[in-house]
Amino acid sequence: MSSAAETMIDVRVWRGGEEGEYQSFSVPRRDSQTVLDVVTWIQRNADPTLAYRFACRVGVCGSCAMTVNGRPRWTCRTHVSKVVEDGRLEIGPLANLPVIRDLAADMSPFFDKWQKAEGTFVPSRTRHEPLETISPESAERQAADAAIECINCGVCYAACDTVRWSPEYFGPAALNRSWSLVNDVRDAGNLKRLAAAASNGGCHNCHSHQSCEQLCPKGLNPTASIAGLKRRTMQAYIRGEIS
Amino acid sequence: MSAVRLYTWQRLTAVLMVPLIAVHLIVIIYATNRGLSAAEILGRTRGSIAWGLYYSLFVVAASIHGAIGVRGVAREWLGWRETALDRLMWIFGVVLLVLGLRAVIAVVAL
Amino acid sequence: MSARPHTTGYRGDRLWLAAMVHRVSGVLLAAFLPLHFLVLGLAIRGEAELDGFLQWTKSPLVKFAEIGLVLLLAIHLLGGIRVLVIENMPWRDGQKRMATLAAVAAVGIAGVFLVALL
Repeated sequence: MSSAAETMIDVRVWRGGEEGEYQSFSVPRRDSQTVLDVVTWIQRNADPTLAYRFACRVGVCGSCAMTVNGRPRWTCRTHVSKVVEDGRLEIGPLANLPVIRDLAADMSPFFDKWQKAEGTFVPSRTRHEPLETISPESAERQAADAAIECINCGVCYAACDTVRWSPEYFGPAALNRSWSLVNDVRDAGNLKRLAAAASNGGCHNCHSHQSCEQLCPKGLNPTASIAGLKRRTMQAYIRGEIS
Repeated sequence: MSAVRLYTWQRLTAVLMVPLIAVHLIVIIYATNRGLSAAEILGRTRGSIAWGLYYSLFVVAASIHGAIGVRGVAREWLGWRETALDRLMWIFGVVLLVLGLRAVIAVVAL
Repeated sequence: MSARPHTTGYRGDRLWLAAMVHRVSGVLLAAFLPLHFLVLGLAIRGEAELDGFLQWTKSPLVKFAEIGLVLLLAIHLLGGIRVLVIENMPWRDGQKRMATLAAVAAVGIAGVFLVALL
């Protein structure tokens, strides 16, 4: 369908690094078109030098998040019809992260903060011991499961004004991961993890704006996870386990 | 001062102040309705142990809560360093506490 | 060439505004408190001293400011209760509605004060 009457989208795409400018492209509108389709069309048909990142195209890998009309989105599962405004799309790299080039943000600070938040599983048993039986119905497991579907896309991190205001803040994803592990009965790293959550970059930065919850493509609620960490760290502080 | 310590004190004083502020709002509306005057205020407060305790507690809680709150805003929006923030918090908190307790003495004890 | 693209579309969302209102009302109350205490401290030098100041507060402009103060206190109280509930109780959806409710109730309290003032 490439008739002269086809509808076009006015797409402005960020070009450059920290300093740069928007470049305009006219992209044909298609049915069921995603924002990633639009970016790919530009790269294949208009400018092959456009840098962007994607892998799975089906909402599993979490690598294609970008800023679309002012808000972070997973572009492979975001339909143009949902975000287009007056026939226009403005696409930029994720916010709150350094820009590598064009639409590719440097995710290093995001993942470094997962480490700082002790967002890694600390086993309480070795491989030589028998597997621990965990009931999926237990309250702890359900709390751990509630926060576990994160795909590390960075949307919540880019949507968080508190990250913008406090560069040391770990952000919603890292703390959501921390909360999942705090509830994991197989994990043995909670004291260190709660100390991290109670540090200057930790959960007490959060103002419950809920932008993370509003924009999380997986429907997770990091604000609720962070609230859980606030309770647990306060209990640990009052008991004298952390200072 | 550590984040969790600041948070705990700020939230504990917040919970404490919920009923205190509710009473304060009722008193404000009631007293305003009767026409605000020094005689009206002082007639209620002077020599009253209950009002003295109420306002003393209120001043202490508000000083802690306000000082930590101002520290948090300065941290995020002014980007101050931790030592400067602690100094700001203590100075503001002590000023509030001294002025507040002085006001309590003025309306209750004299 | 310009700096980073605009990326703060979430600003102005209702719960972002709720946090902003909570912060600004808190800062304004913190700024008002020393003045409040100084005025009440006038009573140290006797009832007449305090009454002299209270006469000044009869002016319409000050009355108007007082409505603002009651509104600040009420909205900081109710918004603060919402924050305490989020942080200390099991999660509840519908926070946008709770924030709106807090704002409406605070305006209601300020309205009652206005009636008392008249």
